[in-house]
Amino acid sequence: MAQAELTANAMTTADGTPLKVSLRRAMRRNKLIAFGLTAPLLLFILISFLMPIFDMAMRSVDNAAVPEAIPRTVQALEAWDGEGMPPDAAFAAMAADLKEGQKTRTIGQAATRLNYQESGMRSLIMKSARRIGQYEAPWKAALIDIDDDWEDPAVWKLIKRQSGAFTAAYYLNALDYTYNEEGEVVEQPEYRQIYQMLFVRTLWMSALITGLCLLLGFPVSYLLATLPARHSNLLMILVLLPFWTSLLVRTTSWIVMLQTEGVLNDILVWIGLISDDGRMQMIYNKIGTIVAMTQILLPFMILPLYSVMRGISPSYMRAARSLGANPLVAFWRVYVPQTVPGMGAGGILVFILAIGYYITPALVGGQSGQLISNYIAYHMQQSLNWGLAAAIGTILLGGVLVLYLIYNRIVGIDNMKLG
Amino acid sequence: MKKFPPYAGLLERSWHYVYLLICAFVFLYLITPILLIIPLSFNAEPYFTFTKGMLALDADAYSTRWYTDFFTSDSWIHSIKNSFIIAIASTFIATALGTVAALGLSRSYMPGRTLIMSILISPMIVPLIISGAAMFFFYSNINLAQTFPGVILAHTALGTPFVVITVTATLVGFDQQLVRASQSLGATPMRTFFKIIMPLIAPGVISGALFAFITSFDEVVIVLFLSGYEQRTIPLEMWSGIREQISPTILAVATLLVTISILLLTSLEMLRRRNEKLRGMSPG
Repeated sequence: MAQAELTANAMTTADGTPLKVSLRRAMRRNKLIAFGLTAPLLLFILISFLMPIFDMAMRSVDNAAVPEAIPRTVQALEAWDGEGMPPDAAFAAMAADLKEGQKTRTIGQAATRLNYQESGMRSLIMKSARRIGQYEAPWKAALIDIDDDWEDPAVWKLIKRQSGAFTAAYYLNALDYTYNEEGEVVEQPEYRQIYQMLFVRTLWMSALITGLCLLLGFPVSYLLATLPARHSNLLMILVLLPFWTSLLVRTTSWIVMLQTEGVLNDILVWIGLISDDGRMQMIYNKIGTIVAMTQILLPFMILPLYSVMRGISPSYMRAARSLGANPLVAFWRVYVPQTVPGMGAGGILVFILAIGYYITPALVGGQSGQLISNYIAYHMQQSLNWGLAAAIGTILLGGVLVLYLIYNRIVGIDNMKLG
Repeated sequence: MKKFPPYAGLLERSWHYVYLLICAFVFLYLITPILLIIPLSFNAEPYFTFTKGMLALDADAYSTRWYTDFFTSDSWIHSIKNSFIIAIASTFIATALGTVAALGLSRSYMPGRTLIMSILISPMIVPLIISGAAMFFFYSNINLAQTFPGVILAHTALGTPFVVITVTATLVGFDQQLVRASQSLGATPMRTFFKIIMPLIAPGVISGALFAFITSFDEVVIVLFLSGYEQRTIPLEMWSGIREQISPTILAVATLLVTISILLLTSLEMLRRRNEKLRGMSPG
């Protein structure tokens, strides 16, 4: 009864549908349209960009090559407790796997993979795979005859440890750790430690570059924000032109400027500050990287700072002065705090860009100016240790995402402005 | 000459000039490297510094030989063609996808807006070296590495965030009533889009497209990983030129690229003014 009354009183559209239902329908349709418009790009980014990133993250823990190449050995070693020598069955399984792997050519990948953990593993496995065909059972004696390293329990322990489908070994390597013979996590021997130092160097150099950008960018942004529009638009070109100029062009110009036979050294010799054979080494080291990267990233600091400063009314400063503050106090206590959002936005932007920089350090950094990205490229292209490259990349990505979240908190992606 | 307020003391006045000097130094630091390579690219000698003749403004010390070198070199011409093919194709796809997505994002009924926006922006945030490595693994698996479609897809992904950001920003000032008016007068959604929405958001779309273009045109890290010999672009050619044997031809290329950036910057500035005028934000 009450229900019928309610329906009778409810407003309806011309064709008799209750207004509520009609509205809900329209809302749903609107939502669908909005989502449908965004869906193609979302799908595109998911497939062409996020899937590759996910694939890389998987690769950093992927160890499938080993269990796939030596499945019988992996199974035979499962029962072994790691004490003394493995059972004879493990030797037989290994011999069978090696024969099979030699035929299907899958053994090479597993050998390379194991070699990342202990150099010498690759040659041991490849040699055994090549020669095992000439031997008969018993397999234990046969393998030991090919190479007496097979008598070493450490070799078997290493194989057992690396027989899972996933491994943390790449991450350990990327942080200068490794497994010892007992399978415990220990620091790499000192001569092989490099990544912790590189991560630290990347962080402090990025921090230094961010600091320099702030130091140089602040006065310029203030000038641009306080000048009348007609002058500031003109000066803005000096900031925007570098921003729009190719990164490689700017890096090339820094090589031209800073090299020992370059323009800057020539000027210094000409004005007599240094002698002709006392030319300074300003490039292919840390100085080169810092000077070039600061110039390249400076616009990313100036632009957000400028847009924040434009919104600060000059009357606050006048009020502070009229209340008796001296210029320095007025500036420091009244103006600077209002620019904090701009400094935060520019600072994080520059820092995010700096820790992932590759091109400039690679070209002007020499040995001492290389950053973590350069080692990702090195493992991608030269050492071909892709798992390690993926692990370093994933760690770096994690750092960038954390910074991005902070940036998002401060600025909000919706407020991101370009140019 | 700046007019100081009457209460400004001598110290404050002199500090002001020191301050201007500091700013001049920073501007010099920003712009000198770019302007410097222009005269150097006309060097008659294969050096990267000013020769005595150049400083004396001797006409013989200048020449256009490096430009001749560039325009007669097969590999440079090949790479310039590739750069344009890849940049234009990826700009086109990125602009189409990005504009449509921005239209969806700026509707008030968009579900999960923040999350979707963060996903769409992600190619801009992730360091290029990571994108490059990841795309190399993935695109090799699906046989897209070392092909034009592979490089174009990768560059499209990099370019879309810029289109999304600029078009969304333009749509903030867009009056949705116009769409309703158009539809109530019987226009189809397609007609509304091309006759009403597009002309109004055109400045945003074009500046997004310019960003996408320059992103692809300048990009070297992804190309380094993804392209084979056939897909070499200008930045890649410059990269290997700088690493292997740096010849002044690179300075000629650099000068040409600076010219392109000046053209882009000018068109963007004009678009920005037009956009502000359309929205009645500035009288100029």
